[in-house]
Amino acid sequence: MIQGVFKTLGAAALGMAVTLGAASAEPTKVGFVYVGPIGDHGWTYRHDKGRLAIEEAFGDKVETSYVESVPEGADAERVIRQLASTGHDLIFTTSFGYMNPTVKVAKQFPNVKFEHATGYKRSDNVSTYAARFYEGRVIAGILAGRMTKSNVIGYIGSFPIPEVVRGINAFTLSMRKINPDAEVKVVWVNSWYDPGKEGDAAKALIDQGADIIVQHTDSPAPMQVAQERGVFAVGQASDMTQFGPKAHLTSIIDDWNGYYVERTKAVMDGTWSSGDTWGGLNTGMLRMATYNEAIPAEVVEEAEAARKAIEAGSLHPFAGPVLDQDGKEMVAAGAVAEDGMLLSMDWYVQGVQGKLPK
Amino acid sequence: MLLKLEPRGETSRAMVYLTPLLAIFLTLIMGAVLFALLGHDPLEAMHAFFIVPVSSAYGLGELGVKATPLVLCAIGLAIGFRANVWNIGAEGQLTLGAIFGGGLALWFYDSDSVLLLPAMALAGALGGLAWAAIPAFLKLRFNANEILTSLMLTYVATLLLSLLVHGPYRDPDGFNFPESRLFEDSALLPVMIEGTRLHLGAAVAVFVVLAAWLILSRSFIGFQIKVIGLTPAAAGYAGFRHSNLVWLTLLTGGALAGLAGLFEVAGPIGQITPVISPGYGFTAIIVAFVGRLHPIGILGAGLLIALSYLGGETVQIQMGLPQAVTGVFQGLLLFFLLACDVLIRYRIRWTLGTPKETRRTAA
Repeated sequence: MIQGVFKTLGAAALGMAVTLGAASAEPTKVGFVYVGPIGDHGWTYRHDKGRLAIEEAFGDKVETSYVESVPEGADAERVIRQLASTGHDLIFTTSFGYMNPTVKVAKQFPNVKFEHATGYKRSDNVSTYAARFYEGRVIAGILAGRMTKSNVIGYIGSFPIPEVVRGINAFTLSMRKINPDAEVKVVWVNSWYDPGKEGDAAKALIDQGADIIVQHTDSPAPMQVAQERGVFAVGQASDMTQFGPKAHLTSIIDDWNGYYVERTKAVMDGTWSSGDTWGGLNTGMLRMATYNEAIPAEVVEEAEAARKAIEAGSLHPFAGPVLDQDGKEMVAAGAVAEDGMLLSMDWYVQGVQGKLPK
Repeated sequence: MLLKLEPRGETSRAMVYLTPLLAIFLTLIMGAVLFALLGHDPLEAMHAFFIVPVSSAYGLGELGVKATPLVLCAIGLAIGFRANVWNIGAEGQLTLGAIFGGGLALWFYDSDSVLLLPAMALAGALGGLAWAAIPAFLKLRFNANEILTSLMLTYVATLLLSLLVHGPYRDPDGFNFPESRLFEDSALLPVMIEGTRLHLGAAVAVFVVLAAWLILSRSFIGFQIKVIGLTPAAAGYAGFRHSNLVWLTLLTGGALAGLAGLFEVAGPIGQITPVISPGYGFTAIIVAFVGRLHPIGILGAGLLIALSYLGGETVQIQMGLPQAVTGVFQGLLLFFLLACDVLIRYRIRWTLGTPKETRRTAA
């Protein structure tokens, strides 16, 4: 309780510091809509880092504001509209569930530019952007394949949407290439941010024999559980070393800073145009955190080699042959999966236990 | 010196209705102090929190949009609470309303019949009603506590919704993302004021408030609910059927929550998404109690809580304050309301020395 109060005060102080920044004649106003709290140390935290990068890059030429923990439902449209109607020139809506509200509001405010993360609907003033998170899963898969002793990997999923399924498959394919006996158990928590549920899922998976925990949710709770229970884990969205120094194999870090600064600049220069950006390891939108010291040097080398190969384009996470759970060939030998297939992926590869909820 | 709470013989009737206003007043003062401590001009902050959100037609419309599901759920809950039927599962009943009514919109996707919307509303109410019938049945047949069963069914409802939007309800052109298609105009609630999102559901909510008021205060059923809530034994002697009232209150609550869910998907959301309500069914419990379980009070409380959400968004955008401000305000309001309640029912006595009982145990 007391801790909660301090957190609140701390967050309030941070909010104050943010508002003190701007005092120029006509600054460009950039607004952000977040699905979680800025202190989630995962997804929203990294987007907020991107916002701060904009402030740092342009100083008093910009003014930023944000609304956090906006539910993906009826409220999103109001919040986006409120940002649009209060003079914001560029608005980032940073969760998939904001797609339709973003498009709707964008129609009413043709002079405001919108950037929607992880969606697929665009218009003249709505761009979409996302990172190829699954490329990072390949690296995580290599580490897991080499480091597991029980050959059971626990995977905590948020929602069974293509983005998450793609990550599970990329991870599993990469892991089974070097360790065909290892299997992945998936638990869905139906939330992007729910430390309680995420922690419980991690415990359940460890109880079922998992000795490596991978998460596609935004809180550091699974990392903390892994640390307590003496197993390894892969962090999500931001560097989660501090939440489990012993457990932390690595983290797949989202880095929106470059993209946000670039898009803000484009609005300032009047060169902004609608488009779709899907950046991978080679764009810097995605990075790997430092590797755990417990990982043998040759494994680190193997992981780094894979990272470089992905950056260079010589290694594709979904290079054929890729078989689904029933043994059906989804990607032929010698081919790689098209982006269209990646974007609508709703099947598991072999090595993932259980059925995909449909 | 010791603090002692002594029950007052009779609680003042006027005070029962005045305390919510007193609590609001105290919340405003504490809020102003809090803003001042955070280094903001309290007047500016209060203005941003309470006035700016409703200073335009659009803002007023949003207030109505946000309050509609809260008021509808809270009315249904309050009817039950008055009869000692503790339905905690309005959230689940709301979800079922969206599943049933929204499902109809998807089923008759190509239809432009004017009957579609009324049919959806009926289906939504039936969905919520059916979900509330389960705890009613379990309570009467097995004496299972409805607090537990209705609450647990909420999670079942959420998962059912998840199952559907990942499967049969999924937009066929939506790249497998878990969302339904956008409803056609024939399945969308008409907007009452041009340029806002204020939909017909808000008018229905006001109608429900008035109807509930009339029924609770003037009808025989309302009288039965009151008696059974105050003294169950007396109700038994008077020959009121307890089981009938359990059915009635739970089904009414479920139907109203279901209607609220349908209004969300056919109103501001316009499609079925994996998350329909940000906890309206639970917040409605607070609304019901802040409104003193009285329909008119609930209308006021629903608008107030709705305003606290809108105000929370405005101070985030305008002043860079964190979202936690919303929670702090809601918490303050509840705290002061409960504190005032205690002081109405009890008086505080300062006593010198230790009370007898304590002394005895100490010795």
